[in-house]
Amino acid sequence: MSWETVIGLEIHAQLSTKSKLFSGGSTGFGAEPNTHVDLIDMGLPGVLPVANKEAFLKAIRFGLATNAVINQTSTFDRKNYFYPDLPKGYQITQMALPIVGEGSIKIEVDGVEKIINITRAHLEEDAGKSIHDLFEGETGVDLNRAGTPLLEIVSEPEISNAKEAVAYFKAIRQLVTFLDICDGNMAQGSMRCDVNVSIKKEGEEKLGTRAEIKNINSFKFIERAINHEVERQIRIIESGGSVVQETRLYDSVKNETRSMRSKEEANDYRYFPCPDLLPVVITDEELNNIRSNLPELPEQKEKRYVTDNSLDIAEAKIIASSKTMANMFEEACLKTDDSKLVANWLVGDVSALLNKDGIDIDESKLTPNNFAKMVERISDDTISGKIAKSVLEEVWDSGNDVDEIIQNKGLVQIQDESLLEEIGQKIIDANPKQVEAFKNGKDRLFGFFVGQVMKETQGKASPKSVNEILRKLLS
Amino acid sequence: MSIQYKTIAELRSMLDSKAISSKEIVEETYKLIDENNDLNAFITLNKEAAIAKSIEIENSPVKSALHGIPIAQKDLFCTKNLRTTCGSNILSNFIPPYSATVIENLENAGCISVGKTNMDEFAMGSSNETSFFGGVRNPWGQNLVPGGSSGGSASAVAAGLVPAATGTDTGGSIRQPASLCGITGLKPTYGRISRWGMIAFASSLDQAGPMARTAEDCAIMLNEMCSHDAKDTTSLSEDVPNFTKDLDSSIKGLKIGIVKEFDMSQLDTDVVSVFEESKKHYESLGAEFIEVSLPNISLSVPAYYVVAPAECSSNLSRFDGVKFGHRSKDPINLEELYIKTRSEGFGDEVKRRILIGSYVLSAGFYDAYYKKAQQVRRLIKNDFDSAFKKVDVIMSPTTRGAAFETGSKGSDPIQMYLEDLFTIPANLAGLPAMSLPNGMVNNKPIGLQLIGNFLDEKKILQVAHSFQKSTDWHLKTPKGTKLS
Repeated sequence: MSWETVIGLEIHAQLSTKSKLFSGGSTGFGAEPNTHVDLIDMGLPGVLPVANKEAFLKAIRFGLATNAVINQTSTFDRKNYFYPDLPKGYQITQMALPIVGEGSIKIEVDGVEKIINITRAHLEEDAGKSIHDLFEGETGVDLNRAGTPLLEIVSEPEISNAKEAVAYFKAIRQLVTFLDICDGNMAQGSMRCDVNVSIKKEGEEKLGTRAEIKNINSFKFIERAINHEVERQIRIIESGGSVVQETRLYDSVKNETRSMRSKEEANDYRYFPCPDLLPVVITDEELNNIRSNLPELPEQKEKRYVTDNSLDIAEAKIIASSKTMANMFEEACLKTDDSKLVANWLVGDVSALLNKDGIDIDESKLTPNNFAKMVERISDDTISGKIAKSVLEEVWDSGNDVDEIIQNKGLVQIQDESLLEEIGQKIIDANPKQVEAFKNGKDRLFGFFVGQVMKETQGKASPKSVNEILRKLLS
Repeated sequence: MSIQYKTIAELRSMLDSKAISSKEIVEETYKLIDENNDLNAFITLNKEAAIAKSIEIENSPVKSALHGIPIAQKDLFCTKNLRTTCGSNILSNFIPPYSATVIENLENAGCISVGKTNMDEFAMGSSNETSFFGGVRNPWGQNLVPGGSSGGSASAVAAGLVPAATGTDTGGSIRQPASLCGITGLKPTYGRISRWGMIAFASSLDQAGPMARTAEDCAIMLNEMCSHDAKDTTSLSEDVPNFTKDLDSSIKGLKIGIVKEFDMSQLDTDVVSVFEESKKHYESLGAEFIEVSLPNISLSVPAYYVVAPAECSSNLSRFDGVKFGHRSKDPINLEELYIKTRSEGFGDEVKRRILIGSYVLSAGFYDAYYKKAQQVRRLIKNDFDSAFKKVDVIMSPTTRGAAFETGSKGSDPIQMYLEDLFTIPANLAGLPAMSLPNGMVNNKPIGLQLIGNFLDEKKILQVAHSFQKSTDWHLKTPKGTKLS
């Protein structure tokens, strides 16, 4: 029997605001436990929340970029449940009237494009963190993260397999980083998702019972968790059982999902409008202001790279795939007229290094500034392309400054023509047979001479000068 | 010189003429509190800091009419470094690191907080019998309750220990004890006074207000208590008027509304005749009475007992033994920590309301209860809006009767809930309302309620003041009528 998979994603993107959603507490990552916490974040008796407008402006950017409905009046609700890292005993979220309504985003898998509809995107506050392994027999609570603004982006159940789910998550991540509303850092938990998975017989209308897999924070794990969960559900149904609606947890070590709580054990969150917060109203003027200041989005960049920089579409897509890569390209293009050269480096050597290390450009030590400097040194003939490869590798490993590497390793290209002439003459004198053969028409031997000169100069000779000098000497 | 039963205005002129110093007033206050310890009006005293402040401000410029005046604070307002219990075991050890905006406003005006007054636990009650710290006695009788929830504040003012106190009113918690203790108390328009630092019971209904001997003193207090506060988004941004200005305005031609649907046959006949006499008095002052209809008013109590418990069930979730307040000893796991902490920490009435609130918000019941109650609330607000097109203020008795005996309503919560029959509508509609003494029933004081239009505290203060200028009910004390 053939099965179809139905997947919906709830992505939590931490908005990069300076202060928390309802307090002046800092949102900085990695501070000492309970130091980025004010009275409101602690949920002290008598404190009241005040909504952070910046979070709304960021959420609206996302809405506009996904062609979504913007609810200019949106409200907050309380979601009630007990947990030690939830200081008030409720989370303030947007249940009834979210800031961002229906929208959509385009994804691409193996060259095929697909539109995924987005049900809604709403603002809510994050909880703190429970720390179970630091105190013997006790649990610690760190409230630094409590109250951090999250944008929860809920997709329609229109994703058909793990690959599409990853492509969707990547597209959302690409978008929020381009919009500068979230740093997209998955290792620090700035983006994570819950995945709803169900299966149904091929062609069947009715959706199967779904399981929700909680809190996944890497592309790799999304793919694995979904594939594992689909196999589990098929196994259950094919052996005559039925899937129960429940929340499951993905264990990345054992590569399996396991039950966290069933539907019966699920909380009744007793949602109701938060009486402490008035509806937040966004004026037409504010909305238009955000619209006219939207940053350039990946698709627009791709088009511009093709028309203005003469890249081919494949190159443009790779470069516009991440904000850092696009920044590298644009910064480097300021230093040279040869944007094709810049693209070659990014699509070629840089991408190869990324693949080799299996990392994302944001995780590498290469910065847009350093990359641009390297390109600049190539185009002003300080170093040759070949030397640049070794410089790039060095930067890749150490993150050191390009100019420093060139200086310290003495990699500056030899421009001294009389020195090059001397070396060229020496090579010619030492290889009389090849000279004769060349002069008898074996043109491709020219490369042999160039190679010899480069070898003699440890690659530091300017290839252009070497060419000119050898042509002269061999004529 | 005794300062017992003195008003703020009287103490002010004594201070201004140097007849007495602030330090002497404060010391005398503590003596009075001590002598009347059996009232159990206070949970925590602030003696050392209060005396220090009275000395400190002696030579500083007078900032307001409250400069150097002792005030009692309801133990629901957070006071920095001073224990704040909300009348509950669960907060019996809670010392806030910050002060409520109301407290800051009053203290910045120079008033001296002498202590925290007893109250029904988390302001849930109408007799002050639900306090973890024991009931409060009404100075008008040995076994009489002072009303609630601001019972400690009402008792302290009625016994003349302090000229004024702060209270809070969610369904009548200022007006009902004011009525039962023979003092004047005002609940402002919702949003007039910041809720920052007020421990929430029902956020959409809670409002702080003054309790004092006279309308004039309430106006003096209000001048300092009100402010727009950016820390409370439900705080109103409208300008705060000078409430003491124009207090003496004539009420000739004033249109007073009498609610058709308030069923007087349910009341003590004595209460009705006191009310009728007050009407006659107002007529003699030049006011005219007009019947108004509030068709949905009978739904007030049911709507209130859905909305208030719902909000309370959520507001009180933070008392879980994790971060502050009482924590049960040696729970075996997290669930037991919650269950034991909250079972030990909360009293029966609080538990009852948390249960009701959780029920009305639960899946499948929300639309039938909470949503419906909010719709009722809107209808009641609309009823008032149309009534205020015809009249300037609305008048009714504050309570169904005078103070009752301790324990007499304890077993039947519904009887207790009906105590707030006349006071609840103003909370649901967010309107200002006050109670002032207008007579005696069996040697016990009762009060008259005035409900004003949105933001029109000034009007009800004027109407109350004109009554007090020409009657002496507000001068009555348990020890006899005070000479004015």
